[in-house]
Amino acid sequence: MLRFLLTRIALLLPTFLGITVVAFSFIRLLPGDPVLLMAGERGLTPERHAELLHRFGFDRPLWQQYAEYLGNLVQGDFGQSLVTKKPVFVEFFTLFPATMELSIVAILLAMAIGLPAGMLAAVKRGSILDHGVMGTALVGYSMPIFWWGLLLIIFFSGWLHWTPVSGRISLVYFFKPVTGFMLIDSLLSGQKGAFASALSHLILPSIVLGTIPLAVIARQTRSAMLEVLGEDYVRTARAKGLPPSRVIGLHALRNALIPVITVIGLQIGTLFAGAILTESIFSWPGIGKWMVDSIFRRDYPSVQGGLVLIALIVMLVNLTVDLLYGLINPRIRHQR
Amino acid sequence: MASESATTAGRTDSLDRVSTAPPSPLAEFWSYYRENAGAVIGLVVFGLLCLIAIFAPLIAPHDPIQQYRDALLVPPVWQEGGRAEFLLGTDAVGRDMLSRLMHGARYSLFIGCVVVSLALTVGIMVGLVAGYAGGVVESVIMRLMDVILAFPYLLFALVLVAILGPGLLNAMIAIAVVLQPHFVRLTRAAVVGEKGKDYVTSARVAGAGPFRLVFRTILPNCLAPLIVQATLSFSSSILDAAALGFLGMGAQPPTPEWGTMLAESREFMLRAPWVVTFPGLAILITVLSINLVGDGLRDALDPKLKRS
Repeated sequence: MLRFLLTRIALLLPTFLGITVVAFSFIRLLPGDPVLLMAGERGLTPERHAELLHRFGFDRPLWQQYAEYLGNLVQGDFGQSLVTKKPVFVEFFTLFPATMELSIVAILLAMAIGLPAGMLAAVKRGSILDHGVMGTALVGYSMPIFWWGLLLIIFFSGWLHWTPVSGRISLVYFFKPVTGFMLIDSLLSGQKGAFASALSHLILPSIVLGTIPLAVIARQTRSAMLEVLGEDYVRTARAKGLPPSRVIGLHALRNALIPVITVIGLQIGTLFAGAILTESIFSWPGIGKWMVDSIFRRDYPSVQGGLVLIALIVMLVNLTVDLLYGLINPRIRHQR
Repeated sequence: MASESATTAGRTDSLDRVSTAPPSPLAEFWSYYRENAGAVIGLVVFGLLCLIAIFAPLIAPHDPIQQYRDALLVPPVWQEGGRAEFLLGTDAVGRDMLSRLMHGARYSLFIGCVVVSLALTVGIMVGLVAGYAGGVVESVIMRLMDVILAFPYLLFALVLVAILGPGLLNAMIAIAVVLQPHFVRLTRAAVVGEKGKDYVTSARVAGAGPFRLVFRTILPNCLAPLIVQATLSFSSSILDAAALGFLGMGAQPPTPEWGTMLAESREFMLRAPWVVTFPGLAILITVLSINLVGDGLRDALDPKLKRS
């Protein structure tokens, strides 16, 4: 297992270096003077310009600049936001729990509906139910989620007035963040109605963000289930007289879950991409909205730092999924 | 008795007419493809969309950027206050929705074509090189693709557009860059799989040069997964371009691109839901029809599923 772990980590090193090169090049590829971009100041005197040029190190050879950049990253220095003047690292992790809360609820929602739907479709293969589930899944998979979000707002917020349009919690509630997860913090605060408010703010965004993963999970569960249902051990289990619920729920499901778990893990990239759109629609104060805002505000150091941090998180999640996969399925672990 | 022998004779007669030649690849493909009703429906819808896109200037009732100052936010014709001249209503500056949607089809299908051709050509070339050359070249190329794939695709596209500048052309380039690693991976995997097979060795022994080997011998046998991926990329490039347009980084107003239309009309969505409903519906229908075609293609082209 240790060997497996170490190989996987070693394989990630080149990718990590590549990510840092991309982020490093980003500022230098932008059209315009890098000093003006980094300093965010207007009307610089030539002396000030030269001073900043030196301070940011743009007057040195590229490889030296890159080495320094990499050194800073390793020490946790991801640059400083032009707008707030706070370290990007701090900014990022203040906002990160919001995105994480949204993503977790979205993926749980997707699993809670997608797994049973996919299983049902596989067991009732060829029935109207199967066609219905797969048709719906394909629509969900093809959904422009930014439009889906607007539709839900029109219907649930505009017409029915059931849910709020934006934000994480009603402005009447105020408490210090403890975990950063609004659902937990609102409970901890003990204020009446705070939890309900947080929940009602979370419902629509998590539906929107969960839609595509839900469709993917349903499709994947169905095909994995169909494959497993044809295996010999399922036939054996049936032949020895086990009730169908036990055959499907225990023998088949367990083995069908292996590919499904991988697919769920791979949804993390899709979730982040979806978070960019979902958070922009619902003004959800998370990483996705922050990245878009930073691009529009020309807060390039934030974009640069955010790029590295997001790619790192995606990489780590993928690694975790890989390792989990190795734990569940010994055949992977012992592959040379 | 007599009638029975007549039937037998009829049967032999029809048996004689059965051709024993293998069906042409296209006919064989079509016979698999049409088994999937959804795929056929998808193809028909997609065909209609193409026709709308091609003939948009002829069939659109109005100019897509003509503003009718006396007809701001007119609802669709079936709603109260709707006007027959604006079937699907007008937007906030009095432009005809139907005409804009029809012209939007041109943009979306054009985006899909350009992005997929770009990603496919570059992806196949790079993938062929990686798979055929092997060694260091392969490692470098594949690690590079890993790096692109490590970023969430929309984020990477956004950042590329930030570098290149907002606009439709740059959005297309960015999406193509994000999509091409999938083609590189597929091509490389297929080439590595085929490279060692006997027919390739025999072609090499017969004196085929590397170019002939790669393009004439190996590539045609790797096409099936690439075709399926190209279809799926077609739909996702339309979605991504619309998403970039929605975020203000794609096509710029007053271009009647569906995502840009959504972004422009967001603030009126509660007062005039049709300005938001129709462009999104157009995106959904287009993407759905292409995905249906993609599913059908995958089933028809996948040799594992083929009943011999």
